[in-house]
Amino acid sequence: MSDYTLETEEGRREALRRMLTIREFDTTAGEYFADGEIPGFVHLYIGEEAVGVGACAALDPDDYIASTHRGHGHCIAKGLDPDLMMAELFGKRDGYCNGKGGSMHIADVESGMLGANGIVGAGPPMATGAALTIDYQDRDEVALGFLGDGAVAQGQVHEAVNLASTWDLPAIFLVENNQYGEGTPVEKQHNVDNLSDTAGAYDIPGVTVDGMDVTAVAEAVEEARKRARAGDGPTFIEAETYRYRGHYEGDEQPYRDEDEIERWKQRDAIESFKGRLIDRGELTEEEFEDLRAEVEATIADAVEYAQEAEPPAPEEAYEDMFGEPVPEIEAFANRPRADGGAKGGDSS
Amino acid sequence: MTAQAELEQQTETRTVREAIRQALREEMERDEDVYVMGEDVGLFGGVLEVTGGLYEEFGEERVRDTPIAEAGFVGAATGAAATGTRPVVEIMFSDFMGVSMEQTMNQMAKMRYMFGGKTEMPVTVRTTEGGGMGAASQHSGTVHAWIAHFPGLKAVAPGTPASAKGLTKAAVRSDDPVFVFENKMIYEQEGEVPTDEDFTVPIGEANVEREGEDVTVVATQRLVGESLDVAERLDAETSVEVIDPRSLYPLDTETIVESVRKTGRLVVADESPLSYGIHAEVATRVMENGFYSLDAPIQRVGTPDTHMPFSPPLEQEVLPDGEGVRDAIERIA
Repeated sequence: MSDYTLETEEGRREALRRMLTIREFDTTAGEYFADGEIPGFVHLYIGEEAVGVGACAALDPDDYIASTHRGHGHCIAKGLDPDLMMAELFGKRDGYCNGKGGSMHIADVESGMLGANGIVGAGPPMATGAALTIDYQDRDEVALGFLGDGAVAQGQVHEAVNLASTWDLPAIFLVENNQYGEGTPVEKQHNVDNLSDTAGAYDIPGVTVDGMDVTAVAEAVEEARKRARAGDGPTFIEAETYRYRGHYEGDEQPYRDEDEIERWKQRDAIESFKGRLIDRGELTEEEFEDLRAEVEATIADAVEYAQEAEPPAPEEAYEDMFGEPVPEIEAFANRPRADGGAKGGDSS
Repeated sequence: MTAQAELEQQTETRTVREAIRQALREEMERDEDVYVMGEDVGLFGGVLEVTGGLYEEFGEERVRDTPIAEAGFVGAATGAAATGTRPVVEIMFSDFMGVSMEQTMNQMAKMRYMFGGKTEMPVTVRTTEGGGMGAASQHSGTVHAWIAHFPGLKAVAPGTPASAKGLTKAAVRSDDPVFVFENKMIYEQEGEVPTDEDFTVPIGEANVEREGEDVTVVATQRLVGESLDVAERLDAETSVEVIDPRSLYPLDTETIVESVRKTGRLVVADESPLSYGIHAEVATRVMENGFYSLDAPIQRVGTPDTHMPFSPPLEQEVLPDGEGVRDAIERIA
């Protein structure tokens, strides 16, 4: 089983903690991006926490996930370390990718996290590939590929789902329908009522669930996992959710209005799950505030870790290209630095 | 390893096609995590018959027919390689690589680097190249410069049966993504191939196929054999050294430059389009490392920036061959 499951009180509290951690991590990342301390682009997961956490609660720690450009939430849901994540966002050597990946490429294959991905629709082929390894080596895991609603229009997604279905691979495809593909509403990108209708073309189950409900997502993924493990092939799940922030930080969002955002916030995944736990007598308001304070401290520590971490040395740009290095790159790595060079003569 | 040393091993006569098939068979026997996948590689035996018989020998789990979906199966192979198996993918004709370039460029090539070196990528992609069959522009491309140019990928291109076997085995054993570019016009070419199951051709090592004093010809794939024939014919008047780089990336600069230091003259013969390609790279490296050794302008033999046309007289017009190599040698010798 997962290291947290919605079937136990302890696991439900852990799920709540992870959702809060995602929100705090991304809120903080947005602030440091605005301040200019985090370079590049960041795409925040705020609002969508129930999808990543629900999915990972239904997976085993050894299962694989392949992520999207909006991957911070998947990493935290999967159990990655916020310190190393934040250090990666800050471009530090101690980040998950030694400062070579950044927000859009956080990966930790050992933890089953096959990478956030800057290419829309690239995760599902990766999940199909991981499922191929699992099947080929007769292992017990499954591989779940996250994708956005925009990615459902990508050809490689359909090729990956078709392959996984044809070969009965233990794969799960989970669409996070956050209603917008970058700045274009989902209705303008697809001509089907539900994106899960796609599954019909591959003769696999397609289900649409409430992506603001962590339990609903977990149940759908649990069912898909059982199917995958039984050798019955993949499931295509659509989770209807909403991103509270723009496509990227700095997006002025001319494509939607505040009223719409407020309507979705009424169904906030963290608030509703918290309410349910209180109703069940498993949580008090006070305990929730304690949990929030604990999470805030965790993320503040992560920022401190990231700020104090060493940046990579320039010559590290030449490392990690190949397992068996090539002279072409070695020559750059080993060249005398800032020496001006000599004029004339063969340089070898 | 020099040609001489290779031939001192125990050998048998094999075609390029048989040599590649033997390499795959040996590597699948050696390592259970190695399997072959691609369009019609199984029961059909491969449209150019390279994988013939492997399905019967290893079964459908290890010789996997895929849908006609290059992006899907190249992507799946990439994900599979990142998680612990060693897929060998066949792309039927290199022209079809266009369909899968996203997974090749943005995933396979970049994952290791972007993940800070924490992923290996032991995937081999085999594909066929070249004109000469009247197969027209969408089945005759020679695109290896794309891959050789793109950081994170290794590219090899055998010109002899021995290289074909040794490079294929080295590619399968490599923890890096390696593309093996097979010119389909030399599948029937015979030669001596080492029988030792551990014989490999190290990626990044050129081979001096023929020693000479007056002109260096760096030739790839089909043009290796054609250049050797030309060298024999010219032997009385010009002593030609023929080098097969075998690996296009990494490229064995040292062997090539050393040869030019001796001969002072260079012809680069490669079937890919002339602009911005392998020819330019070999020439540049010789300029950077052996400029003062050059006694004549470098000559390029290749496809004149056209696609491969269909009609035989058109195809023969643009397809580089031994005559083109001879003309180039004669211009500078």
